[in-house]
Amino acid sequence: MEILILQISLFVLAVFLGVELITKVPATLHTPLMSGSNAISGITLVGALLAAGSGDGNGLWVPVLGVIAVTLATINVVGGFLVTNRMLRMFQPRKAATLTAAKGGVSHESVPG
Amino acid sequence: MNLFLVDGFYLLAAMLFVGGIKGLTRPRTAVRGNQMAAIGMLVAVVVTLLDKSILSYEWILGGVVLGSLIGTVLATRIQMTAMPQMVALLNGFGGGASLCVAAASFLGLTGADSPQGLVTLVAICVTLLIGAVTLTGSAVAFAKLQELLPGRPLGFRGIRGFNLALFAAVLALAGSLVSGSGDSNTLILLTILALVLGVTLVIPIGGADMPVVIALLNSYSGLAAAAAGFIMGNSVLVVSGALVGASGIILTRIMCVAMNRSLSGVLFGSMGEAGGPVMDADEVYAGKVKSSSPEEVSMLLESARRVVIVPGFGLAMAQAQHAVRDLADSLERRGVEVIYGLHPVAGRMPGHMNVLLAEAEVPYDKMQPMEEVNALFEQTDVAIVIGANDVTNPMAREDKGSPIYGMPILNVDKARTVVVVKRSLSPGFAGLPNPLFARDNCLMLFGDGKKAIMELTAAVNETV
Repeated sequence: MEILILQISLFVLAVFLGVELITKVPATLHTPLMSGSNAISGITLVGALLAAGSGDGNGLWVPVLGVIAVTLATINVVGGFLVTNRMLRMFQPRKAATLTAAKGGVSHESVPG
Repeated sequence: MNLFLVDGFYLLAAMLFVGGIKGLTRPRTAVRGNQMAAIGMLVAVVVTLLDKSILSYEWILGGVVLGSLIGTVLATRIQMTAMPQMVALLNGFGGGASLCVAAASFLGLTGADSPQGLVTLVAICVTLLIGAVTLTGSAVAFAKLQELLPGRPLGFRGIRGFNLALFAAVLALAGSLVSGSGDSNTLILLTILALVLGVTLVIPIGGADMPVVIALLNSYSGLAAAAAGFIMGNSVLVVSGALVGASGIILTRIMCVAMNRSLSGVLFGSMGEAGGPVMDADEVYAGKVKSSSPEEVSMLLESARRVVIVPGFGLAMAQAQHAVRDLADSLERRGVEVIYGLHPVAGRMPGHMNVLLAEAEVPYDKMQPMEEVNALFEQTDVAIVIGANDVTNPMAREDKGSPIYGMPILNVDKARTVVVVKRSLSPGFAGLPNPLFARDNCLMLFGDGKKAIMELTAAVNETV
């Protein structure tokens, strides 16, 4: 029960933090903000990995559902971060954009490890 | 791996997400913010994989490779005009993943002899419900945006009652699961009903309200992840899901304010909205609409000192963003000041127009939000409206009986001359005639957005 209360507190605090962070976003960035935060919601990938990797002791369906979840969440994560990166680079002044690209701006292509 | 260490890395991931979202709130730091969040994701995934509760890697590898492949192809191939569909699709995948995690967790519980804690069961039901609604709701939103389904509200009489009944049934099934009297069949039925609910919730919502729906589904996908975190007892899921859920809610609110509509009005009010006596389009336009030519407009533009370009969804449809940029370049070479006036709900998702203009390399300080540009219209010589309709409709300001009364609009009619580039006089998503077109200072330039703008640019360039 204590863990539950701790997690509920975390949830509530994170909601407040999210509200504080987002309230001042300029309209220009609404679309990248959405696709970026959408990629973060792909964190469910962690849950999917745990489900998919829980071994064969749970019959057929658990690993199958787990793998479907891993696939969907990975699309969400990889697609989300990449497309956000693509959009945001357009918002930067041209010189800065090429600089970031040269520095390896798409490093998260390796996200799925 | 040491449990303490695992939690430490999860905390690091959560901190990177917070820092990332903070970065995303400013143009200068946004790219870095996105990269920070991506690194956070990488940390969370690697730590999870190294954790010893993972037994079989083969399955996982397959899913990860397939998912990365699809994700990369989607992200690199998608056109900027199709961003709303893309985000809807990704939202749906996230919701679907949470749904599968919840189902797998339930089956895992019944398979092994692990104690079925009340909290876990509640969390499973909540994740199933939100995940399923996000999955099919996003699929419907995607289909509407991709024009696989008509954009107008669809549905049947009593769809609200149907949804309420469906929701009650879902709650009853969830109740039986939580009380321990349900089995995997109950779970399947619950999932199916929740999937249907996702469809029937979104299908009666019209195309113009899509920015709100996408923002809301974005929030749902975060909440589903947070709920999955409660199932797994995993705090990084709880924190990041809550962050995304909150950001989605805030964006939803911003969109609602920009349309002067309540959230419940968007979600439940679109069907059978009476809206008082509807103005007859023929009566509004009769004999007062003036059609113009690119040559005539180019003469106006040449003598102008300030031109405001107002893009709408039609710009995206016509893929005219580069053509618009060329026109602006031609004008700027002649010393004309060009700015872009952007309504918060122009297009099909929040900030849609900004992304398109950024793609055409329009500097972002020239994209002015509605409040700032409205102060400038009275000192503007020409306002060019491209594919925007309802967001410029003066009825919102003047006609108290109009369904859009009170919606903040771009006051293009205050400019000395308004040029409207449009295919025909057909109404916008709100289905209303636009008295702007009949104003004395309004000229219509009929035609496809891209072609009309290119002709206009050519006409401007000719008269050196």
